[in-house]
Amino acid sequence: MAREVAIIGVGLSPWGELWDKSLRDLFVEAALNAIADAAVDHIDSMYVGCMSSGLFVGQEHLASLLSDYLGMGPIPAARVESACASGGLAMRCGFLEVASGMSDVVLVGGVEKMTDVGTDEATAALSTAADQEHEVFYGVTFPALYAMMARAHMRQYGTTREQLAQVAVKNHRHGALNPHAQFRHQITVEDVLASVMVADPLRVLDCSPITDGAAAVVMCSLETARKVCKKPIVKIAGIGHATDTIALHSREDLTFLRSASLAAERALKMANRTPEDIQLIELHDCFTIAELLVLESMGFVPKGKAGEATASGLTALGGKLPVNPSGGLKAKGHPVGATGVAQIVEVVQQLRGEAGDRQVEGARLGLTQNMGGTGGSSLVHILEVV
Amino acid sequence: MSSPKYWREVPQRFRLEAARCKTCGATHYPPRLVCPGCRGREFELVTLPRQGTLESFTVVRVASSAFVDQAPYAIGIVRLEGGVKMLTQVVDCEPEDLQVGMPVRLEFRRISEEGRAGIICYGHKAVPA
Amino acid sequence: MAGIVGYGAYVPRHRIRIEEIAKIWGADAPAYRRGLMLEEKSVPSPDQDTITMAVEAARHALRRAGIDPKAIGAVYVGSESHPYAVKPSGTVVAEAIDATPEVHCADLEFACKAGSEAMFVALGLVQAGVMEYALAVGSDTSQGAPGDALEYSASAGAAAFIMGRTNVLAEAEYTFSYMTDTPDFWRREHQFYPRHASRFTGEPAYFRTILAAGRGLLAKAGLKPQDFAYAVFHQPNGKFPLRVGQMLGFTKEQMLPGLLCPKIGNTYSGSSPLGLTALLDVAKPGERIFMVSYGSGAGSDGFVWRVTERIEQVRDAAPKTWDLIGRRVKYIDYGTYAKFRGKIIKADD
Repeated sequence: MAREVAIIGVGLSPWGELWDKSLRDLFVEAALNAIADAAVDHIDSMYVGCMSSGLFVGQEHLASLLSDYLGMGPIPAARVESACASGGLAMRCGFLEVASGMSDVVLVGGVEKMTDVGTDEATAALSTAADQEHEVFYGVTFPALYAMMARAHMRQYGTTREQLAQVAVKNHRHGALNPHAQFRHQITVEDVLASVMVADPLRVLDCSPITDGAAAVVMCSLETARKVCKKPIVKIAGIGHATDTIALHSREDLTFLRSASLAAERALKMANRTPEDIQLIELHDCFTIAELLVLESMGFVPKGKAGEATASGLTALGGKLPVNPSGGLKAKGHPVGATGVAQIVEVVQQLRGEAGDRQVEGARLGLTQNMGGTGGSSLVHILEVV
Repeated sequence: MSSPKYWREVPQRFRLEAARCKTCGATHYPPRLVCPGCRGREFELVTLPRQGTLESFTVVRVASSAFVDQAPYAIGIVRLEGGVKMLTQVVDCEPEDLQVGMPVRLEFRRISEEGRAGIICYGHKAVPA
Repeated sequence: MAGIVGYGAYVPRHRIRIEEIAKIWGADAPAYRRGLMLEEKSVPSPDQDTITMAVEAARHALRRAGIDPKAIGAVYVGSESHPYAVKPSGTVVAEAIDATPEVHCADLEFACKAGSEAMFVALGLVQAGVMEYALAVGSDTSQGAPGDALEYSASAGAAAFIMGRTNVLAEAEYTFSYMTDTPDFWRREHQFYPRHASRFTGEPAYFRTILAAGRGLLAKAGLKPQDFAYAVFHQPNGKFPLRVGQMLGFTKEQMLPGLLCPKIGNTYSGSSPLGLTALLDVAKPGERIFMVSYGSGAGSDGFVWRVTERIEQVRDAAPKTWDLIGRRVKYIDYGTYAKFRGKIIKADD
């Protein structure tokens, strides 16, 4: 890379079922918070991650709309899309723009406004991340696709229903410590197992929710950061990006997420690190099974062992490798386009020591993994406090 | 489903037409312009067999709006004889009788329709063999 | 001589017993069972219709015929429950079996005899030498009005026949059609359910027409009932075809192997055609089958079929009709039946 890139400001909008807030409101709130946190007075360019403003609120040409509403003047702005990995992709685009020297200060935001439509339409909009002609045509839903991956994992490795439930329980325990989480209450394994069945064997409490929300970061060259940033500087040490077949049935092994594996490999290589160096992870737990599959595919636990690892407390706050200290998609919420950026916000706050009750002690190196669809795309970022 | 899109897909939906790469022999359903295995560009038309086994499955209980009336219904990934996999519904079978590895065959069925006045989309679903 | 070169059947797996229907409407189920010889009927699941069943029956016929589908010169689907009022069922069937694009296609209707009508036309084209092979399908997912007598029998099924001149498994020795304008059973455009004229549907309609066609066919052929191994008639219930057959001089033994109605109900355009497939499953070379269909409105198509040696070679290439009828049967209750048949009023989209 031409020059190193640092994150000097982070911000979130409120997250939840927010009837009073429009998509524009959410984005602007998050962006203003990030800009204030960065204490910069200008932005050179902007990237917006958003999966489907067109289907959710009927709006395209989003980046221009939002840069206008942010009052940032006629800056170059672009909206990027990679289904649920749109936020992560926006991060990568921002990084490339700064690293290349094209711009100095770049705002990267993610936003999704999901509750202006009913649940049926939201489900249909989300299903555009799957193969329309050869998956969705037959009535498959996202829970159904992940349910088939779960069934395969349970069959091949003996992962149990209880172990899956414990992912949700852990993430809710973390979410209870996060003032920004959509859900602040804790749940038990019994709660998960008693919740309504969505697609066998996944139940409602195995699934991340529908959420309105936005997240934003301000990034600049490391050189500029050293001059202007008054908080601990966090740099982007590595990025990995990979795609895979969009259709689940195009893969040989339903339990292996090749995009996550390659993205992690590429990020670790760029950062010159190994999995053992990573101290905390924010990953894409769109469903409980996803957390297990991602951990295994990225090489953080041996194949087939993530269920046991979760049950043993390895991935809880206080364990050896805290995963989703923010509460993850499950408890924190999942405004689709915002998630990838919000994962960055969490890790930055952790690395700065600003994470309050959910602080991972002594965190210096964290990793985020943001994923689209059933693993058609993954973006992995490795952040390091300077 | 739009008429033009549906009509373009009739050979795949009605006849299970697939493409075999002339360079490496891999079969792709639906047909593609570029073979993902060897990047070959030349293909011959083949028809997929209608027998196979069930690789994985689930029962959808919370469906998207177009399929609400059908819920609960089973979805499965079927590995057809010859190796090509496809995803479709599994019907004429009780949920408790679904088993990974069970033999299935593909039968012509209605897949969806656009309300009471729109077009009807046909395709194949898996039934126990 | 031209005749059938391939035949195939399809029956959905769901059944509802007449007791289930009678329970809801307060009818006397034992009387229906005894009086009309009705026990249960087939119910199509929501993803099945005239077209899907026609495709599967046609595929079975193709397996027995052993021909290249592109050699089929015409595809005719006869039904009174075509999925579209305008847009043919036949084009979907023709595409699905790969007979397109050089093929003639038409959808036929004549109440319950639309299937035999398709057979008559397909046979005629082959006999005339206009084409080598022609496919005829009788397929229905007929609706019975809730609580009406016909709800106990209106069911679903399909039978397909490929007519040709080479490798014929059943020669069409004679045909005879008889038709009058008789308003015994009808459905006006945009009406969801058909209506009927009650007892008028019996003697003046069903019996008079089949008797006339049957006698005409026997006379034309110069044959007597004893010359036939089997006979099959349109089956609105189990009783009528046995009675009309006996009035023509046939015995119960000749008719029972093709009497499907007690077990699957009245498959309308599939009725006598499906009965014929069941008989073809058991008939021996040289044996004759007597077939007279009936469609309200009203008319009958009669056929004398003579089975050849070929049948023993191809009969096992596809499932037999009584096997299909017994395969993976699932009984449903009236609520499920009403949901499947779209009889429940729903909120508009």
